[in-house]
Amino acid sequence: MKILTGNDLKTGAVTWWDGSGWSLHVEDCADVGDKGEDIIAREQAARRVFAAYVIDGEKTDGGIRPAHIKDRIRALGPTVRPDLTLKPADPEAGNWVI
Amino acid sequence: MYKYDQYDHAMVEARVAEFRDQTRRRLDGSLTEEQFRPLRLMNGLYLQLHAYMLRVAVPYGTLNSRQMRMLGDIADKYDRGYGHFTTRQNIQYNWIKLEDAPDILADLATVEMHAIQTSGNCIRNISSDQYAGAAADELVDPRPYAELLRQWSSFHPEFTYLPRKFKIAVIANETDRAAMRLHDIGIKLVKNDAGEVGARFYVGGGMGRTPMIAPMIREFVPLDQLVTYAEACLRVYNRYGRRDNKYKARIKILVHEIGAEEYTRQVEEEFAHLLGQGVEPPIAELERIMAFFADPPFEAGAAGEIDRSDPDFALWVDRNCHEHKQAGYVIATVSLKPVGGIPGDASADQIRLMADLAKEYSFDELRVTHAQNIVFPHVRKADLYTLWQKLDTAGLGTANLDLIGDIIACPGLDYCSLANARSIPIAQKISERFAQGGKEDAIGELKLKISGCINACGHHHAGHIGILGVDKKGVENYQLLLGGSEAEDTSLGRITGPGFDEDGIVDAVEKATDVYLAQRKDGERFLDTYRRIGIDPFKEAIYE
Repeated sequence: MKILTGNDLKTGAVTWWDGSGWSLHVEDCADVGDKGEDIIAREQAARRVFAAYVIDGEKTDGGIRPAHIKDRIRALGPTVRPDLTLKPADPEAGNWVI
Repeated sequence: MYKYDQYDHAMVEARVAEFRDQTRRRLDGSLTEEQFRPLRLMNGLYLQLHAYMLRVAVPYGTLNSRQMRMLGDIADKYDRGYGHFTTRQNIQYNWIKLEDAPDILADLATVEMHAIQTSGNCIRNISSDQYAGAAADELVDPRPYAELLRQWSSFHPEFTYLPRKFKIAVIANETDRAAMRLHDIGIKLVKNDAGEVGARFYVGGGMGRTPMIAPMIREFVPLDQLVTYAEACLRVYNRYGRRDNKYKARIKILVHEIGAEEYTRQVEEEFAHLLGQGVEPPIAELERIMAFFADPPFEAGAAGEIDRSDPDFALWVDRNCHEHKQAGYVIATVSLKPVGGIPGDASADQIRLMADLAKEYSFDELRVTHAQNIVFPHVRKADLYTLWQKLDTAGLGTANLDLIGDIIACPGLDYCSLANARSIPIAQKISERFAQGGKEDAIGELKLKISGCINACGHHHAGHIGILGVDKKGVENYQLLLGGSEAEDTSLGRITGPGFDEDGIVDAVEKATDVYLAQRKDGERFLDTYRRIGIDPFKEAIYE
């Protein structure tokens, strides 16, 4: 599947396209098929996101997983600071990116 | 230390106001990201893996306690309660909001700090010896010269758009603690036969994807021509440095391609031309700056002995303290490398504590080291035990300076958008592995440096043991290098062979140290043994 990620203009937070807006959670991602670049152009023009790009992802039992480790770390947060990830209660959350 | 005059204040405050307006225009859509990006980078604001990252300049690594306290307060108020001290003696924050950035710069300006020229193709923060002004064996304090060059290079209109970034280091000691010859310009202050102090210039060093050791191009530049000579070096680079390929744009490539001799010839020609142009500031300006770096009021006849009855303290003294030029004082280094910790990270509370302790025990002064530690440069021996106790209570009493646990590591793929692999988890595993069973002690001095990509922010080329993270078909892989040094015996490490996975690289490091322990002769460091026996015995053990 093709998914979109970028950053929130004001906060810089990593965001993911959920089909109608931008979510902080990768599991909300929508498959954009071949429409990714069109969505990016529209959303960046409206300043709802910046530095957006299309990536490959796959649906797994654990949710949507970006194909590349860099995007998995973006999705989770720093593996060396579980307390700063989106899953602060899970000290093993970093293993998801490997 | 240096204090801003009205011009410094006016420049920094004008820049804050300018960036506040630029940020407003970005947020209201008047500026696109393409237009705004170079503007935010000129103010140290990057976009990293998780958020905006702000890099704050710490000129030649020198801070007072008020500045350090502000760095802690910023970590709490605008970030997530910590900061990361970098290999260019700066600090960076990983979770900055764009809308807060102008306020942070305004807060920094109140303590005479900024983030100008911490990014972009300009002259970056000038680095120096973290023991400057305190070491017993230095020729002179190099910081006034670094400050003069900082003033010359700040907003220099001719050098705002260089072919690539430009890094300068200034030292004044036979012992190199600033990786001087791995800079675009390395300056070593020396004395000539007449006993005059001048500057020896090394140009064209660097790490990154093409590591090079800078050749010396001028043995002695008189101090009243220092800025002019630096200007000549930059002018030749600005004129002929490549702009068609960013990977070949650093001055080291120019010097390598045309040769040090030809580069020097052109610099000398430009220098001769510039001597008549009035580039050099009056020597009175250097003298004005030097007055800011006068010695603090040391106590004459301070006690010369340290009570070593606490063995943990005695160990810390042996490992983390350095001889001071003033009897009764020492230089104390706070390791930001606790066992299993994140190299260079400090919490807001720890930063503020160090600020308070510097005020009480080190004449209000601290230094950031390129090895990502903090120095208290002037501590009375009589105060040392109390200082250590307070540091240790806050998790800052680790006794491992220059040992294998004192690892330089870039933020790597946990934070950096350029990285190919994570650096910090490797550092943590090595630190934990060698802290067990006294192996770290047995090995002694061993400088291990880790970079998460070829840009080499973790100085892997210059580690006695270096580790380079690469992307191998989407999987993290780690190459091992041996034999590098960024000290006065500068050398570049050699890759041992095929890379390793995360656990494999830790095992490989241990095998390399086992070879050293088996083969070392009396008094040899890891690097000495490597240089004596060569890489083959290590490769045999690592790849057996």
